[in-house]
Amino acid sequence: MIDPALLIASLMVASTPILLAAIGELVVERSGVLNLGVEGMMITGAICGIAAALWAETPWAGFLAAAVGGALLSLLFALLTQVLMSNQVATGLALTLFGLGLSALIGQSYSQIRAPSLQRIDLGALTDLPVVGRLLFGQDPMVYISLLIVAGTWAFLRFSRAGLILRAVGENHDAAHALGYNVRLVRTCAIAFGGACAGLGGAYLSLVRVPQWTDGMTAGAGWIALAIVVFASWRPWRLLLGAYLFGGVTVLQLNLQAGGFAIPVQYLSMSPYIVTILVLVVMNAGRAPGSLGRTFHASH
Amino acid sequence: MIALERRPQASTAWTWAAPLMAVVLTMIFGGLLFAALGKDPLVAIRTIFWDPLFGEFASFYRPQLLVKGAPLVLIAIGLSFGFRAGIWNIGAEGQYILGAICGAAVGLALYPSEARWLIFPLMIAGGALGGFLWAMIPGLLKVRFNANEILVSLMLVYVAEQLLAAMALGALKNPEGMGFPGSRNLAQWDSSVSWIDRSAGLHWGVLFALGAVVAAYALMARHVLGFQIRLTGQSPRAAAFAGVRPNRLILVCLGLAGALAGLAGMFEVTGPAGQITIDFNVGYGFTAIIVAFLGRLHPVGILLAGGIMALTYIGGEIAQNQLGTPAAAIQVFQGMLLFFLLAVDVLTHYRLRLGRKAPAPAPRPAPAPEAAE
Amino acid sequence: MSDALLRLDGVTKAYPGVVANADVSMTIRPGEIHALLGENGAGKSTLVKAIYGLVTPDRGRMTLMGRPYAPHDPHAARAAGVAMVFQHFSLFDALTVAENVALGMEDPPPFRTLAARIREVSETYGLPLDPFRTVGDLSAGERQRVEIVRCLLQDPKLLIMDEPTSVLTPQEVAILFETLRKLSAEGTAILYISHKLEEIRALCESATILRLGRVVATCDPRETSARAMAEMMVGGSLHVPARDRAEPGAVVLRIEGLSAASPRAFGTSLKDVRLEVRRGEVLGIGGVAGNGQDELLAALSGEMTAPRGLIFFEDHDVGPMGPDARRALGLLAAPEERNGHAAAPGMSLTENAALTGRVREGLTRRGFLDWGRARGFAASVIETFDVRTPGTETAAGALSGGNLQKFVIGREILQRPEVLVVNQPTWGVDASAAAAIRQALLDIAERGAAVVAISQDLDELMEISDRFAALNEGRLSPPRPAAGLTVEEIGLMLGGAHDMDVAHV
Repeated sequence: MIDPALLIASLMVASTPILLAAIGELVVERSGVLNLGVEGMMITGAICGIAAALWAETPWAGFLAAAVGGALLSLLFALLTQVLMSNQVATGLALTLFGLGLSALIGQSYSQIRAPSLQRIDLGALTDLPVVGRLLFGQDPMVYISLLIVAGTWAFLRFSRAGLILRAVGENHDAAHALGYNVRLVRTCAIAFGGACAGLGGAYLSLVRVPQWTDGMTAGAGWIALAIVVFASWRPWRLLLGAYLFGGVTVLQLNLQAGGFAIPVQYLSMSPYIVTILVLVVMNAGRAPGSLGRTFHASH
Repeated sequence: MIALERRPQASTAWTWAAPLMAVVLTMIFGGLLFAALGKDPLVAIRTIFWDPLFGEFASFYRPQLLVKGAPLVLIAIGLSFGFRAGIWNIGAEGQYILGAICGAAVGLALYPSEARWLIFPLMIAGGALGGFLWAMIPGLLKVRFNANEILVSLMLVYVAEQLLAAMALGALKNPEGMGFPGSRNLAQWDSSVSWIDRSAGLHWGVLFALGAVVAAYALMARHVLGFQIRLTGQSPRAAAFAGVRPNRLILVCLGLAGALAGLAGMFEVTGPAGQITIDFNVGYGFTAIIVAFLGRLHPVGILLAGGIMALTYIGGEIAQNQLGTPAAAIQVFQGMLLFFLLAVDVLTHYRLRLGRKAPAPAPRPAPAPEAAE
Repeated sequence: MSDALLRLDGVTKAYPGVVANADVSMTIRPGEIHALLGENGAGKSTLVKAIYGLVTPDRGRMTLMGRPYAPHDPHAARAAGVAMVFQHFSLFDALTVAENVALGMEDPPPFRTLAARIREVSETYGLPLDPFRTVGDLSAGERQRVEIVRCLLQDPKLLIMDEPTSVLTPQEVAILFETLRKLSAEGTAILYISHKLEEIRALCESATILRLGRVVATCDPRETSARAMAEMMVGGSLHVPARDRAEPGAVVLRIEGLSAASPRAFGTSLKDVRLEVRRGEVLGIGGVAGNGQDELLAALSGEMTAPRGLIFFEDHDVGPMGPDARRALGLLAAPEERNGHAAAPGMSLTENAALTGRVREGLTRRGFLDWGRARGFAASVIETFDVRTPGTETAAGALSGGNLQKFVIGREILQRPEVLVVNQPTWGVDASAAAAIRQALLDIAERGAAVVAISQDLDELMEISDRFAALNEGRLSPPRPAAGLTVEEIGLMLGGAHDMDVAHV
């Protein structure tokens, strides 16, 4: 029988990559930009992470490199969409295609090598508490960091002046410009943050979840992160709920696969994607930021 | 100081110069990439872009151009309708897979009948219908529930891949295949083979692709539906004012794209691929997105872009065999091409102005355009 | 002049192909209410954007309180004491009033303090506001209050107001003027941009008149007639539309109690709208922006369909019909927004002619468009309505506002409408083009068509309407004969002063 506490613990691990990528994309979309390149930035983060972790022999170097790599790739997106005013949908797709290719290219020499892994924290007695101990005090540090990022994002958007400006830019970029705010700068910062978060999410896959490099290992996680942002109606705490819900489905179907049920494996493997579609059908009542996906050009 | 200034009207010259410039830039940066990988950049570029057409073994490679180009063009033509109207179907890969599965299933259900006149057309219809129905899922969900078609169509690619594996291992598995995954070889069955002249690379898919180019041209340039598609892409509100029903247009665009992608899958499985296997799909559905943009969503442009993209596939394989370049390099190459295209495209709608000096005032100040308000 | 608050010396700004401001010099004294007058495209907006730091002039100097003044962005302008209320509001629908105000301030206090300050200032000036309401839910008048309060909280030395009264009822205008006079008495200078001459005569002490980017005159509006100022703006005499009023004919369009939700977020729903229009008459529908004008037009054009039994064209129940079916009957429409609604800016005039002309002009044959005939139709619109354009293949977006407006109105008129519904037919159009458009509307009424003219310009409606009705929060008042209506009565039909008080002077 499956231990529910263990199930929830593994659910949190399964959710973390998507949660990280989604919280970054949430900030990007709140600033009025639709970056469909999450998948590409994630997988770039995954390969940067494993390469740097192997080189420096510590997973932390991997996470750092992944954040930098994701952010750099996202700045390419920022250059195209913010400076050269290209179509955001097409550019996001290009970013994904490019990221998948680039990671495969770098990844050739890293396949099948195990990365130095991240240890779960151990707070002694606390971690040994029945049921809750493993859940609350026995995860690896990145799980807590991802939760901190969600909380920080929520507080930033809600209470800080910079967060207010970011929301204003996303809501009506012409008005924000008329009031003297630098729309492109705000958006470029948001895009870079989104890239860094997606990179972290990817590195979590290659350094903790799997943990090794395989081609195309994100397998749509970036797209699912995009769906979860819609599900969450662009609100951070609902995003957390969405990501954990999704992680639950993933863990459940993996357990069913391992449990040897009479359903062919392929049909179980479909389930996360089908659940995502269902989520998009049921939850789309939220109001998107007013300027989402529109190109800004300061006309005089 | 460089400033971008909106052109009152898109530049026709740049519309067509931008893709060419993107190809040239990709060659330059691709060369740098190969140099970084320790290959001679000039040799690599020649191997990819020249050898397949004019090299020593060109007669062997040229037919491949048709084989790789046909599905790309067929799918890209379908995608171009939606992209023009601002409907983003990026799940053509899934529709392609479903077209292959359904087309093959229709044929295999009738195996080993010899009535080609019946079976082959039925398979074509089955393939088109499979892709069409798969594309109707995001279409109907968008129309009924306003679910984002980008994400739904993409999710369905992963579902389709799993379905493909299930079919290759289950329902469509060759009963005489000694337990190996994969269906019967449809290219070796006279009733279903889509080859017309295998040595020339000619199969029915090539003819359908050319037909699609002509039909799409007529549709976009002259037909009311094409006008409505362009109008919707330009400004949805003006389209609604003109009487376009947006939901109907979404279904039409997705349906056309799905049917054409399904056809491409069906011709692939009965020709070049031959059978349903776990790794039957090789990403044509995604590369076709690049083809559609590179061809400016214009049928003739797509035909040319499909040729260039097919070239990079073939050239990439040659480079892999002869120079030992990694397979992924060509994927980077294709991604780069789309990036450069999108970057250069800015010049279609904006012109560059250097410096902050005011341009010469017009002789008689005309009523200011919107920009001055 | 040593007592100048703001001095402009030879300010020049050019855009490719057009000089927006040429050598503009003017002076604003402290506490003065100064009008900036000019037609559309005369360069008013560019000039105030230069003062507010949104545009950097190519040449010329500005001096604020004796010191050189060259704001490189609006933050610098606000820090120097210049505030601006925009014509198209610079507000954020999804944010609260307090958040909107904070965004327009350089160094806003903590939210609780700010909310209290908003209450205080808004009450002092008779502009009550709830700081925690979402701006998207506010009426147009309330939205303008948010803009004004935002400016007032910063104690500006100079307040720029760009066409502030276009969204106000006459009663609200009176209250706004009280507020502005109070501010002026407290020493705040106001730069007031408008083309409504009577308002300027009532409010302003001095006026600078721009034409084609140049200062053509300055005057004291209290001592200059409206007609004289209009002629200075236009640079010639004005043609006043005229027609013989005939007896109206049979009822051709009828709405019987239509209620419909707006298709847009933060739009206005229509509530139990009833109207009847007869052949040969012009029904004017007034109202402050955002009171259901777009929705009413959409309900009549067919963009928004209605259940059976609510909208009738002669004997046809047109409610469930789409735009093309209604066009086939002769019910045509021209929406307010030219770029992106009435016309697709990126498409050629030929294509834009086909956009609505397809059905009545027979531009399709078996589903295929006849581009030759479409071109011919576009050419005849261009010729008949004097649209200035290089040719039929020019993109609609490349035309000036007035020319494109002539094109989209002309496109409908040449299709011989039985009923023509127009929204803001002369918005942003220069005076001569506006006169031509009004004349064209009167001409088709004379030929026996019915015209429904929705407009926010009351002068325009009084000029062309036979009967007048007002839209207020999605409700349509019963129509009254236009002749003899007083400004006071119209104001009450438009909803009076809503909940504003006169400033406690």
